[in-house]
Amino acid sequence: MKITPEEVRHIARLARLELTADEVTRFQVELSQILDYVAQLEDIESGASAEPPPPGQPLRQDVVEPCADPSALHRQAPDFVDGQFRVPRVVE
Amino acid sequence: MNPAASATVISAKVRSGETSAIDVVDGALARVAALDLNAFISVRTEAARTDAAEVDRRVAEGESLALAGVPVALKDNIALRDGPTTCGSRLLEPYVSPYDATVVTRLKAAGAIVVGKTNLDEFAMGSSTENSAFGPTRNPHDRDRVAGGSSGGSAAAVAAGAVPVALGSSTGGSVRQPAAFCGVVGVKPTYGRVSRYGLVAFGSSFDQIGTLATSVEDAARLLEVVAGSDSSDATTRPEPVGELTAGIDSWEPRAARIGWPKEYFATGLDPEIRRACETALERLAAGGAEIVEVSLPHSERGVAVYYIVAIAEASSNLARYDGVRYGFRAPADDLQSMYFRTRAAFGAEVKRRIMLGTYVLSAGYYEAFYGKGTAVRARITADFDAVWEHVDALLAPTTPTPAFRIGEKVEDPLEMYLNDIYTVSANLAGIPAISIPYGAIDGLPIGVQLMGPPLSERRLFEVAGFLEADVAPGSTA
Repeated sequence: MKITPEEVRHIARLARLELTADEVTRFQVELSQILDYVAQLEDIESGASAEPPPPGQPLRQDVVEPCADPSALHRQAPDFVDGQFRVPRVVE
Repeated sequence: MNPAASATVISAKVRSGETSAIDVVDGALARVAALDLNAFISVRTEAARTDAAEVDRRVAEGESLALAGVPVALKDNIALRDGPTTCGSRLLEPYVSPYDATVVTRLKAAGAIVVGKTNLDEFAMGSSTENSAFGPTRNPHDRDRVAGGSSGGSAAAVAAGAVPVALGSSTGGSVRQPAAFCGVVGVKPTYGRVSRYGLVAFGSSFDQIGTLATSVEDAARLLEVVAGSDSSDATTRPEPVGELTAGIDSWEPRAARIGWPKEYFATGLDPEIRRACETALERLAAGGAEIVEVSLPHSERGVAVYYIVAIAEASSNLARYDGVRYGFRAPADDLQSMYFRTRAAFGAEVKRRIMLGTYVLSAGYYEAFYGKGTAVRARITADFDAVWEHVDALLAPTTPTPAFRIGEKVEDPLEMYLNDIYTVSANLAGIPAISIPYGAIDGLPIGVQLMGPPLSERRLFEVAGFLEADVAPGSTA
């Protein structure tokens, strides 16, 4: 399974990753190799899928609980002003 | 305090007043400081001493604490309040956790003291700890070799005697593989047995916090404290944890049925590791166990399934690192550029997995990859379910080889992934598994693995404890 440089750049755009030209070349080779390896599943019929943890998962009451100290969370932000997360401009 | 002192001995001595938590912690901090393996990302010198003084006060007031004064190391993807939780990543380097993970809350309640946060592959993605933004951890048995990963720092810290016990996390083998490489006990509990509240998410249908220790008893004791249901993690299982340590040493193999999955003994396995597994099976047989050859026909597809399903989950989980609410933000003039440049700070392996995960989930490929992956995962789980009708536990190698050299596999991601070939299946099926040290090759430890049905941790500790009596942990050094 050969991945083209255009495909690598397309996936990187979807994933919001800025790649260097070297990374594009490298990922083209590596992703192709790994996809070749996982292609060994092709001969197996699809069908019932399984996510683990079946049993349990009890529901609980959906009750609002106060956040002890919201400012502790805000302090983690690179740029927080007037109760808002500030980011660079969104539109021209 | 003797570096070899177990958590069991330490807590008994602190409870009885024979020694103080502060003395124990001072000893551990001195050993951590003397360690030269790059096992720790951060050390809590003053905070640990403050916590120890508090434990001594609680003991003096008559509290009986299961882990009184026991120094613990935490893998640095587990949140600890008011300290760093880097995940081995530049993206979280500036982050200071505003809360404790549930396992940390339980450790503190039991009187354990966190002395530091250990090194890991970035976001727990790797099998050697070489993917850490803070450099590789070295194997205490041979400094030129890897400690394994992704919980390499925790395994090395325990193996070197800096702390008696540590917590790691496992998505595909990240506790058992470094435990095997470093010659310690490593436990991957049943999916849902331990709360992940405060564990940084990687592959959410796989991730599970596990314990590392120099003995089966200590590994079990630590699990007893941290396990159990938690309203902050809806995936935790409601069943009571029960006794995991009391009486396990009286177990005898008589009437036990132990299986060995033939697919785990095929090509690619180091002959010395095969011999170690055979010796363990012979020991169990000599004790009266029935040894049964079994087949797990889909197990060789485990790595392929894992690298589809786990990376798909990873690409989704890691979308949150956008530079807006916490962590690193790259300077940029507009929002989109900020996302792209911020995320460029991920290391190569994390980028590789985000790329692959995005690819297998993208339009036109979802059914061919993710759909296929989950279907084969169901078959792997069914293989195990069928086997539990005939055996109580499975014995297999933990890794195909002993610890490899630092740098040896860095340039070949696929070969690195194949290191997980014997460990991923337990994560895919959500079953418990444990690796115990069992011999050595030229001074490099060998790990033997036990797997059991969901919630069979106690049984695994019994069998592991029986085998451990044969080969003293740490004797492989």
